[in-house]
Amino acid sequence: MHPIVARDQLSPNVTRLVLEAPRIARIRRPGQFVIVRKGPGAERIPLTIADADPDAGTITLIIQAIGKSTTDLVELEPGEAIQDVAGPLGSATELLDSGHAVCVGGGVGTAVILPIARELGRRGVGVTSVIGGRSREWVILEDELRAAGEVVTCTDDGSYGRHGFVTQALGDLLEAGGIDAIYAVGPVPMMRAISEQTRPFGVPTFVSLNAIMVDGTGMCGGCRVTVRGETHYACVDGPEFDGHQVDFGELADRLSTYRPFEQRALEHRAACKVPALAAAAERTTEGVTR
Amino acid sequence: MTDETPPGGARGDEIVRKILAGEPVTVGPKERMLLDRVAMLEQDAGARSANFEEVNLGFTERLAVLEAERCLQCKNPKCIDGCPVRVNIPRFIEFLRVGDLPAAAESLLDDNALPCVTGRVCPQETQCELLCLRGKKGKPVAIGYLERYVADWAQAHPEALPHLRPAASGRTVAIVGSGPAGLTAAGELAKRGHQVTVFEAFHAPGGVLIYGIPEFRLPKDIVQAEVDRLRDNGVTIESNSIIGKLFTLAELREQFDAVFLAVGAGLPVFMGVPGENLKGVYSANEYLTRVNLMGAWAPDAETPVLHGQRVVVVGGGNVAMDSVRTARRLGAEEAIIVYRRGPDELPARAEEVHHAEQEGVRFDFLVAPLEVLGDDERWVTGLRCIRMELGEPDASGRRRPVPIEGSEFVIECDMVVVAIGTRSNPILRSSAPELAVNEWGYITTDEFGMTNLPGVFAGGDIVRGAATVILAMGDGKRAAASIDSWLTGSWPPVPAGENDEAAAGASPVPAPVASS
Repeated sequence: MHPIVARDQLSPNVTRLVLEAPRIARIRRPGQFVIVRKGPGAERIPLTIADADPDAGTITLIIQAIGKSTTDLVELEPGEAIQDVAGPLGSATELLDSGHAVCVGGGVGTAVILPIARELGRRGVGVTSVIGGRSREWVILEDELRAAGEVVTCTDDGSYGRHGFVTQALGDLLEAGGIDAIYAVGPVPMMRAISEQTRPFGVPTFVSLNAIMVDGTGMCGGCRVTVRGETHYACVDGPEFDGHQVDFGELADRLSTYRPFEQRALEHRAACKVPALAAAAERTTEGVTR
Repeated sequence: MTDETPPGGARGDEIVRKILAGEPVTVGPKERMLLDRVAMLEQDAGARSANFEEVNLGFTERLAVLEAERCLQCKNPKCIDGCPVRVNIPRFIEFLRVGDLPAAAESLLDDNALPCVTGRVCPQETQCELLCLRGKKGKPVAIGYLERYVADWAQAHPEALPHLRPAASGRTVAIVGSGPAGLTAAGELAKRGHQVTVFEAFHAPGGVLIYGIPEFRLPKDIVQAEVDRLRDNGVTIESNSIIGKLFTLAELREQFDAVFLAVGAGLPVFMGVPGENLKGVYSANEYLTRVNLMGAWAPDAETPVLHGQRVVVVGGGNVAMDSVRTARRLGAEEAIIVYRRGPDELPARAEEVHHAEQEGVRFDFLVAPLEVLGDDERWVTGLRCIRMELGEPDASGRRRPVPIEGSEFVIECDMVVVAIGTRSNPILRSSAPELAVNEWGYITTDEFGMTNLPGVFAGGDIVRGAATVILAMGDGKRAAASIDSWLTGSWPPVPAGENDEAAAGASPVPAPVASS
């Protein structure tokens, strides 16, 4: 069992859970994830390890409530526990040792960027984080990222920071030059747009793919993605890949496999449990989880 | 009640009647030959193709005793040679025949850590029953059904069995993987007083018994009960523990006196044809894991699985049969096996093929997939195939299928399950480069089951490639004997008694090909 030791709300549908997982806290590296299963009967869902405190023996998971399983998870209170946490899974991020990196986070993807930006900052790499959301309340982890370097915030409606998408802010940085690598995590259309944007500049661009998976160890093959024309498993070969080589169209399609099922599950949950959550069922979702 | 072999005349009928009525009857050696093999009771094919309840219903005690009477109690029983874990078959059958079920159960459990499992999923027809003397003329003793009866009785009557905790040896063993090889080794080592910790990657122990084999063939509560019995015998199971990620092999070697690697061959093989990443194409691993481990067969399950209406399963092994029968139960109007060889080459157990046929599964033999077809939204719409004919025998001795030019055609379908085999998972070996593996990534071992690393043993599919539950269990049992020798300072293991043939690695049963 993995007791929750802290919980806070980062945006209207993004929650931060800090939970006990001492062994994983000691050995995890940026870019790795865990598979959690709340309890008997629950789904297994992959979640990036956003942070870890080896001394306290805790890891931080930042969860967007988009389906029934994630909604169940974010409702856990300190003192309650997650039954199963398996990891750390996936390969660690390939990190620069020097130079200048731009870390781009869209929505809950910002949580995946955080450990990368932190580690880059620790290594003395210059970090500029570009993060965005629909409006001010959807921008997360700004203060945490500022500890690693400069932060540019963007909102679609202009209610905070720059008015517009993260791609516009990134465009200015690319024009200015001097970028050695870009780490971009967010909805598939965002990662695809950024990869296309950086291609002509020849800047290495790493994206983290939130493919659907069951075991997270290469056993099911559900997370297969096409990179450089070859099939890879996001769980063991990734989750990070060269954005210039990823077939994002296929990824987006595969992510929609269970959409009708997810919608039904959420509606059912909303109808029979918490009426307020009916609103969650209305939301259009990007991936399954992140 | 009995199979279609010629009836045993008036005396045979009388013996059957008396045994079934529970009346005393003495059956002479020649009279045993009058008795026909008792057939397994099965759930009706029409009903079961829409539910996940067990197909085989088991014997009653009277039917079991009747079948036990058929055993000739050979002086030199060949059946034992056919068993990869060398169960003393005539011994437990004799206890059953005289009605001493506690002794039958103890005898069976002494030889076999998971008899409820093997009594259900072993290919007895190519092992013990193949060598049964009664099979020379007529039908062999239904050893598997009798094993299942005694094992189920033992599971239902734990109080009747001796609960012996051997003296602690003070030695520790780490077992990586809780499938059939790992659990068998765990049981054997616990019996010898060693402190055993089993590391399992999933949240639930059992390996392929839990995620792979469906409920209708091996109910999960039965696996759970077998695992619980091992826990009662002092085995610790650590779930969610992926060796190579959470701990390295080097760390296990530091913390334990010996290590047994039984991680299975868990990486799915795909066909390598265009369209394989379309929505609606599953590996058998993913399909069965969703349905079995995650319980997606239940209508209110949280883990989703696609319910295809026309489902094509590619492959001819037991995993293909499990997949296609699962698809039928999840509502597929048509569930089709596509296999590139002919019916005689099917690697699946005869019983599974027969059950699939009864449940309305269609078999397209001598057909190979060329491409998965999809619509604008990238959902599967069909499988483009080519017909094959059998040519010259290949390395496996089976006639090689050769494409017939111009014979391409399309099978319309909305789901494809790829069940053409599995490979070695790289996670363990990539974190343990010191471990010797062969060119396919399978771990190499010596005649005692030890790897190139002293004190590190390996067995099951990660050594032999995809095979059967019982062969993995045989490996687990042999490895446990070797590990015991290693831990008690009697290395190398000294051959003594009948188990040594097996201990020396000379398995009397050739490894079957799981699928092709």
